[in-house]
Amino acid sequence: MNTPEHLRYTKSHEWVLFAGDGTAKVGLTDHAQEALGDLVFVNLPEVGDALTCGETLGDVESVKAVSDIYSPVTGTVKAVNEDLLDAPESINADPYGAWLVEVEGITGQEELLDAAAYQALCAQED
Amino acid sequence: MERKTPLYDRHVALGGKIVPFAGYLLPVQYPAGVIAEHMAVRTAAGLFDVSHMGELVFTGPDALDNLNHLLTNDFTNMYDGQVRYSPMCNESGGCVDDLIVYKVREGVYLVVVNAANREKDAAWMAARLTGDCQMEDRSDSLAQVALQGPRAKEILLRLLPEETLPKKYYSFVREADVSGVPCLISRTGYTGELGYELYCANAGAEKLWDLLLEAGRDLGLLPCGLGARDTLRLEAAMPLYGHELTEDIGPLEAGLDFAVKLGKPDFVGKAGLEARLPLQRTRVGLEVTGRGIVREHQDIYIGDRLAGQTTSGTHAPFLGKAVAMAYLSPEDAALGTAVEVDVRGRRVPCKVVDLPFYKQ
Repeated sequence: MNTPEHLRYTKSHEWVLFAGDGTAKVGLTDHAQEALGDLVFVNLPEVGDALTCGETLGDVESVKAVSDIYSPVTGTVKAVNEDLLDAPESINADPYGAWLVEVEGITGQEELLDAAAYQALCAQED
Repeated sequence: MERKTPLYDRHVALGGKIVPFAGYLLPVQYPAGVIAEHMAVRTAAGLFDVSHMGELVFTGPDALDNLNHLLTNDFTNMYDGQVRYSPMCNESGGCVDDLIVYKVREGVYLVVVNAANREKDAAWMAARLTGDCQMEDRSDSLAQVALQGPRAKEILLRLLPEETLPKKYYSFVREADVSGVPCLISRTGYTGELGYELYCANAGAEKLWDLLLEAGRDLGLLPCGLGARDTLRLEAAMPLYGHELTEDIGPLEAGLDFAVKLGKPDFVGKAGLEARLPLQRTRVGLEVTGRGIVREHQDIYIGDRLAGQTTSGTHAPFLGKAVAMAYLSPEDAALGTAVEVDVRGRRVPCKVVDLPFYKQ
């Protein structure tokens, strides 16, 4: 399982990458895509939608089941990775490249884990 | 506490993701993943552990009469070595289970039932046996694997001669010898592809599994889990008990008329089946025309009117689109009818399409 050091992680298996300019990108972790299996559909919010940390921002569907994606931050959707709508399997292939949304105007965040703490959490769940 | 099939250690060794299913620990998928496993069955071959299925053996001079009384199909004109599908109805014309019957010879039949219903079925049937007929539950001593896909025959021919393979769809051979493992082999399956199901004693299961995997390795054979088993049967529009068939939903609504012989003498559920005519609902296929995946137990709307519910749904990997099965009134079931399915609060446009979604 790949857990890059420069990212922060939620207990619900999202990653977040804070840029220096007060924006952040959000995606699903390698552990999440592995557990979900082949992804075949992504339902994402729209640009301008308000996100609240700990609440759902969208969902992903594998062949077998649907899973909610929880927002690690409170803010406004600045951009959506439209490429994923036609190619959800990119999340399986490259979970840390396949960002879901970019968020701006961030005013709050979940309790976030560093790579080591997130690895420990995943080890407990396995 | 879930039981293990004789192949449990193989699944773990192959990296299978183990889940509890119908009282057994079984792989939902292997490392290749559900889509790759599904595609292997459509284009090459797949191997499934279906040892969880239940096997009931009926013996005695009155075995045939009992099966004809308990089940909706007619087993009178079967040859030795023939297989026949049948629903088993309750008194109201709903389904206790659906199953397949193997005629071994006069007075000896093997009945293969769904794992989740095995105990229910055995009790239901035992309570209704009449005359000289014994029923024995052999499930715990028999293993079963399914070899499915266009290259299934080629793989089996590497292990045994052609004359020992069942030729016709829904026929079987007993006492086949697969490199020392005695097997019953039938040309049956649950994937919509050419394929075989092989039954053997538990002790031979690992050897049989290894032989088949090895024989098919260079032909693209993959071990397949429950995930692909479900997407394959759904793409082929085969009903699954608990979804398209239930104690409430009967075989006529499901479109299984070919296996319901209302013309034969009285049988369990006959009056209930007749009382359901004309049918209030019928099984339909839905294809998602909007964006999203429709799943089971989701409400179907035509305009503001609640028109029915889905019973199964998924992304169909070979077809590359989202499909579902559902029940609608005959008036709403015309091909091309536009409907919307409530997918967790979001209305997803779908249309009624012909079944099966996929045909070999």
